[in-house]
Amino acid sequence: MKLKITAQAGSLESCDLLVIVNPVEEGAGRNVEMESMVISEYGDSILKDINGILDQFDVKDVELVVNDRGALTPTIKARIEAALLRSSKGKG
Amino acid sequence: MSAKLTRTMLYIPGNNPAMVQNGGAYGADAILLDLEDAVAVNRKIDARVLVRNIMNFVNFGDVEVTVRINGLDTEFAIDDLKEIVPQKPDAIRIPKINSADDVKKIDQIITEIEKEHGIKVGSTKIHAMIETAIGVENAFEIATSSKRISALTIGGQDLTADMKVVKTEAGEEISYARRRIVMAAKAAGLAAIDTVYADVDNEAGLIRETEMIKGLGYDGKAVINPRQIKPIHNVYMPTDDAIEKARVIIEAFVKAKKEGVGVFAINGKMVDAPVVARAQRVLELAGIEIGGQ
Repeated sequence: MKLKITAQAGSLESCDLLVIVNPVEEGAGRNVEMESMVISEYGDSILKDINGILDQFDVKDVELVVNDRGALTPTIKARIEAALLRSSKGKG
Repeated sequence: MSAKLTRTMLYIPGNNPAMVQNGGAYGADAILLDLEDAVAVNRKIDARVLVRNIMNFVNFGDVEVTVRINGLDTEFAIDDLKEIVPQKPDAIRIPKINSADDVKKIDQIITEIEKEHGIKVGSTKIHAMIETAIGVENAFEIATSSKRISALTIGGQDLTADMKVVKTEAGEEISYARRRIVMAAKAAGLAAIDTVYADVDNEAGLIRETEMIKGLGYDGKAVINPRQIKPIHNVYMPTDDAIEKARVIIEAFVKAKKEGVGVFAINGKMVDAPVVARAQRVLELAGIEIGGQ
């Protein structure tokens, strides 16, 4: 998937997650900046969910700013996917 | 003889993860995950993907799960169907159905998606939402246009907008539509679900309207707030006296059936099939099961 623009999905409501996707130069790799109230317990698990979606859409180079508000796995994955889709369509 | 009740169908905004994931916990008979009016135009992708993921992840228990997609006249409808049909909801609610042709178009699209995903063709049910004047006039044609249709529903807000009238508390302006739609649904052997009662703070008004639509033959009502669930269930709950009478009838019916007797009497009065059917419905609404039928 080719990312075109900065895009956002989700919210700061409870059980949700806000993500901002920024396209970066090819070869820059993945950079995830994450904030979560459960980062010590679930940080690795959230990161695994995020990387799973990035793998699924074959996104190798991206910067993600993630603010998790206690989202479950399906919500984490949905928000990342929605932001990627929006970025790739070029519609913020 | 336990039949699934649809006394209440709770609208849940499709882009709200907390509400969607807890959909089974509100006490409604059915939930209506909404991708249409409850979702802003620039958040359609978010809601579609979120509802798909949560449906795939959460067990909603006995609650009937339906999803309202965007109308066929929008750019979102096809993508909604592609994501939602594979999740096998109990039904998909299609807004603004105006004719049998609308249903046939949807039917064809769903068939293609079912084939692609190895889902039994025809297993995805449709709740046709009638919310235009032309839709009301075509109600029976719509009801019988596809075997996928399991319910007709009426959308009061859009219908009154289409009629260029104001939706009032008494609802006289949609009285004809309510009657026409419920009759079309019953004639086709379908369920009929009424529109929402928008004034969530007016419980007395909600109860009045529910008594009225129950009397017309509606199986239930869409709700927009969990507070509306209990009052509606109470309206549909039969009285103790009615339950007792129904129990006596059904027990006599079961006994007569076992003995191979076609017609039987209770207290000297002959009991025929419509009386048995009504008694069965009373017990269904009361949540009582009597075996052996």
